[in-house]
Amino acid sequence: MSTLETAEHPEKLRRVAIDPVSRVEGHGKVTILLDDNNKVHQVRLHIVEFRGFEKFIQGRPYWEVPVMAPRLCGICPVSHHLAAAKAMDMIIGAERLTPTAEKIRRLMHYGQIMQSHALHFFHLCSPDLLFGFSSEVARRNIVGVAAEYPDIARQGVLLRKFGQEVIRITAGKRIHGTGAIPGGVNKALTREERDTLLADVYQMIAWSRDAVHLVRRLFEQNLEEYNAFGRFRAHQLSLVRADGAMDLYHGGLRARSMDGDILFDHFDYRHYWDVIFEDVKSWSYMKFPFLRSLGPERGWYRVGPLTRVANCDFIPTPFADKERCEFLAFDDGRAAGATLGFHWARMIEMLHAVECIKDLLHDDDILGDDLVTSGERAGRGVGVIEAPRGTLIHHYRVDENDLVIRANLIVSTTHNNQAMNEAVRQVAIQYLDGHEVTEALLNHIEVAIRAFDPCLSCATHALGKMPLEVELVDAEGSVVSRLAKSSDGSFSA
Amino acid sequence: MSKTFTLDGKTIPFKDGQTIIQAALEAGYYIPHLCYHPEFKPHGSCKLCTVKVNGRQTASCTMLAAEGQVVESETPELNEERRALTQMLFVEGNHFCPSCEKSGDCQLQATAYHLGMMSTHYDHFFPNRPLDASHPDFLLDFNRCILCSLCVRASRDVDGKNVFALAGRGIKTRLIVNAKSGRLADTDFAATDKAASVCPVGVILPKRRGFAVPIGQRTFDKQPIDAYVDNRMVREEG
Ligand code: SF4
Ligand code: FES
Repeated sequence: MSTLETAEHPEKLRRVAIDPVSRVEGHGKVTILLDDNNKVHQVRLHIVEFRGFEKFIQGRPYWEVPVMAPRLCGICPVSHHLAAAKAMDMIIGAERLTPTAEKIRRLMHYGQIMQSHALHFFHLCSPDLLFGFSSEVARRNIVGVAAEYPDIARQGVLLRKFGQEVIRITAGKRIHGTGAIPGGVNKALTREERDTLLADVYQMIAWSRDAVHLVRRLFEQNLEEYNAFGRFRAHQLSLVRADGAMDLYHGGLRARSMDGDILFDHFDYRHYWDVIFEDVKSWSYMKFPFLRSLGPERGWYRVGPLTRVANCDFIPTPFADKERCEFLAFDDGRAAGATLGFHWARMIEMLHAVECIKDLLHDDDILGDDLVTSGERAGRGVGVIEAPRGTLIHHYRVDENDLVIRANLIVSTTHNNQAMNEAVRQVAIQYLDGHEVTEALLNHIEVAIRAFDPCLSCATHALGKMPLEVELVDAEGSVVSRLAKSSDGSFSA
Repeated sequence: MSKTFTLDGKTIPFKDGQTIIQAALEAGYYIPHLCYHPEFKPHGSCKLCTVKVNGRQTASCTMLAAEGQVVESETPELNEERRALTQMLFVEGNHFCPSCEKSGDCQLQATAYHLGMMSTHYDHFFPNRPLDASHPDFLLDFNRCILCSLCVRASRDVDGKNVFALAGRGIKTRLIVNAKSGRLADTDFAATDKAASVCPVGVILPKRRGFAVPIGQRTFDKQPIDAYVDNRMVREEG
């Protein structure tokens, strides 16, 4: 862990706050304490976590939860929909879904991975990567990308659209869908729906491969900077399939230490609390989960695409697996440990998701009509899924009258709380230390946060134009100077 | 020759004893309504069905049709008032359509769409109304009650049970369950009761069935509420 979490004499320092306004899932803010020579002494990423849902859902019938949960997050609603549905499968004793139900749910999930990863990479991050982190702010957005690299922008838009279409067809709507219900799904695909998706899926695979290669080229062109940017070592946690394959929909928990040793494997997530615990820190509203066996100080870990690609033994679709091998071997494995490696891994996952969609579309089970199953009723339900941003845990207790009495969620952003703090601290040391704070330098902090794709709407606010407010405060707390960036990207002093 | 009146300029035949809304619906003309149901005596409480008869406003579910009446229904003025009434119903309760299992089958929602209601306009009351989940097969979500009294009428007049009642007056009116404990489990309510299937909104719900019908196949996905002019169709399919 970096030593910048708490400064020794904070009272003597100036304070810089980066305060993005957010709407949906949480509220994020970075504070930096500097001394008179602009030396960085303390860096903290604060996320005010939205815990309203856990209260709100109490007293509601369990079958409503999968439809209520997507309201948690406007960016990955389908992930919450599916994690909640998986928890409710347990409540109604649906040990094994019918083949049609499981495949329709997977289809929906891969559609979500695709649309989220495409949105995140093309709309939010490609401007930083294509133009440079300190490039002219007016151009550093998706409109700028569309002007300079029209093909890349267009493919990004169409990849996302295809993912949304998969969601619409499986869930009934692009947002607020109802497809997954306790014990299965409420609809399968019609032949026409399948054929519509099949018509475009091969093009999507080709473009997804191009997207992986694009990130690779960016790494090659900026090798030193990309490898070093916000770099830190972390333990890792993700679901893997019984045979060690990447499986974004279902599996057991695998934790790997920062040295690459397996800490636990195929752990049954229905008892996740035996291996994961949530720590509380006085300065942050968001909890800090850690691996119990290592304790709160050393046990923090990283989740998400970068972790998943490195943590699995292989990816069970050919193109994505080939890319995975090349990614892991690239520059003696250094890219796989780089914060910006998230983007490369994200595009590999998008490719994997499209390959899975293609395979599912060729599987006649998705046209079936055996949609729901049930078994012995239980009082506790746990659903875990690998959401676009990382492991997502939904945990509910339901009483004998079918009402929810308790809910606990651990979202990807919470898992990554400490990891994001580490990345931001590294960037602060690398770029801000000893310099006057400018928009370009602050954007480096944003670039690090955006690599994780946190469930902060600030990360996507107005499509990548994170509104920021930066205040330089002296030791008495009075504002020395102030810089603001509004959501239209304009920067004022 | 049968007797007639005119509705928005169209000639509507009626039989003696029919109300304006009965004759209109039978002739295939929709007049917005929520508390009216063809199988029950009118209640006249929601006022959605308000029309102008010979220039004066009245509820078409309680007003008997008469020879030569000039009835106006589809006027901007009346629809504006209906919209306001609907908005008030939305803010009085907790109507959260995206996560409501009655969405797509709900007459309040369908009526709001029909009337082009784009927002709730008024401040929400956000009442605190806990659910009654005591019954093994049915759930009561009082958050959505619009006090139409259909369940009261169905339970009393058809089921002969008197399970439900409206208690209190004016803005304090609320739906109650006729049991000492106030719980549905302590009544003789049964899934086969008429009252179990009559609620136009999402209050009286069979348990464990929500969201089984996919979007696209729900009652009002197929056609808007004004296309279901024979009201019975709505009830049975919903
Ligand atoms: S529960 Fe339903 S049927 Fe009964 S009064 Fe309320 S809205 Fe009407
Ligand atoms: S339908 Fe006539 S008053 Fe309600």
